[in-house]
Amino acid sequence: MFVKQLSVFMENRPGRLYKLTHALGKEGIDFVTLSIADTKDFGIVRFIARDNERAYEVLKREGFTVGITELIGVEVEDKPNALAEVVALMEEANMNIEYLYSFVLTNHNTAKILMRVEDAERAVELLQVKGIKLLSEQIL
Amino acid sequence: MMMFSPEIETMGRKQIREMQLERLKHIVAYAYERVPMYKQRFDAIGLRPEHIKTLKDIENIPYTTKDDLRDHYPFGLFAVPMKQIIRLHASSGTTGKPIVGGYTRKDLDNWSTCIARLLVAAGATDEDIFHVAFGYGLFTGGFGLHYGVEKLGATVVPVSSGNTERQVMLLRDFGATALIATPSYAMYLAETAKKMGVLEDLKVRLVCMGAEASTAETHEALQGLLGAFPTENYGLTEVGGPGVSGECREKAGMHINEDMFYPEVVNIEKNKVLSEGEQGELLITTLTKEGMPILRYRTKDITSLTYEPCKCGRTLARMSRVVGRTDDMLIIRGVNVFPSQIEGVLMGMKELGKTYEIVVDRVGYMDTIEVRVEVDDAGLLTDYGKLEELVARIKHALRVVLQIDVKVKLVEPFSIKRAEGKVKRVTDLRKH
Repeated sequence: MFVKQLSVFMENRPGRLYKLTHALGKEGIDFVTLSIADTKDFGIVRFIARDNERAYEVLKREGFTVGITELIGVEVEDKPNALAEVVALMEEANMNIEYLYSFVLTNHNTAKILMRVEDAERAVELLQVKGIKLLSEQIL
Repeated sequence: MMMFSPEIETMGRKQIREMQLERLKHIVAYAYERVPMYKQRFDAIGLRPEHIKTLKDIENIPYTTKDDLRDHYPFGLFAVPMKQIIRLHASSGTTGKPIVGGYTRKDLDNWSTCIARLLVAAGATDEDIFHVAFGYGLFTGGFGLHYGVEKLGATVVPVSSGNTERQVMLLRDFGATALIATPSYAMYLAETAKKMGVLEDLKVRLVCMGAEASTAETHEALQGLLGAFPTENYGLTEVGGPGVSGECREKAGMHINEDMFYPEVVNIEKNKVLSEGEQGELLITTLTKEGMPILRYRTKDITSLTYEPCKCGRTLARMSRVVGRTDDMLIIRGVNVFPSQIEGVLMGMKELGKTYEIVVDRVGYMDTIEVRVEVDDAGLLTDYGKLEELVARIKHALRVVLQIDVKVKLVEPFSIKRAEGKVKRVTDLRKH
């Protein structure tokens, strides 16, 4: 039902992202998604790995502060207004989206949207009622 | 085993004072006769050893300072010929020449006794296995504690400093029940053991900490992480090293080995000896030292004394944990700030790691102070709001305690350098 995402605390200074990506790269762990948002001094790197559990173990061992968050993932057609329709649904139900990112896999004509909302259970219900295709970790 | 020297540790106040007076008279005459600096100082003000008739008369003796020790580097304050000195130690000496101490056989024996007393007061017995993670060498910590453990008859593992992962392995494999380290290194060892997944395998039940002052919050954090009982002890190279005082199980101040050290707390600016309970700078007079007797040494450490007998049964005077050093005090935009106040705030927040650093700088004419602290709690990562709220909360708590605004920066775990000896928390970049 939910998609697991890892969140890593990162200082805003050169070399930090390399350290993270290299730690996983040398263990042969692939990223499915990666998103970074930052403030002046620090950022949170959010990503999904092919093998989230191993990624979690590796980063813990390397001394990162790493947490696991559950996201809602939906699949929509890769066409104009598809994202807007999903967002509109949430807004109509008065549900706040904390953050969201989307990506398109090559050779697919669909786009995937990942979002973090306050009341995840209710959001899932709402999306299901409207017939929107939900992603699980495997589908990624 | 309750006390290592019960006859001394439970002596009545009157008897302690009588013994101290007798020893004070002796050490003053001894220093006057054998150390030219003391003879000159006494002669300059017309003071003679026989003028010391009561303990209060000590107030007429001039202070001894760190500069005096530096000026007489290396052996100028020794009171015996080198033949009788069987050990030398020296301070780390971050600035200029180190402070040197010389010990006769009797001095070393007394020193070990002082250490053995504080280890027993902390709860140790001769069945404990002590992992000594103080550096062995000129630093007084390693050898000082080492011989104290042997005097107690417990097992000593002289690991010294460095190679933390190997230390964790040895802690586990040798089954050490007591750890001797600086508070910051004890914390680092515990963090490393946790990271290595062996924290549960450790049998450490006591942590005897010295060489740096620590706060109640650090003790709690360490006890929580390691499940061991932490105590603090106190000493300084200038008067012989560790062993001046140490906490008992009550943790209600550090018991001073008053048969060997005579403590006073003074207000330096007013040149006034303070009463019991008043906070000021600690002076120490060595009562038994043969190699290098020191009269009224200005420790620069800020503390207070109490002579109330302790619940543990000891009657020896207690000094509060050192709240700061007159040397460590920072003046930020005209306000006095002790790093220990900042530590107190940070250690009280469970989301934070236990390592921090303080950077002081000046931009234009304005002093700035920044506190960098490691983020340890993954629960904060769900959204920015939580991280920002944490920063705001730390700033607010610091503002309440210090009365000034402090910049707070969250940094990654293990990004602040760990020290294996004395930790340096403060970097002052101001050009004075």
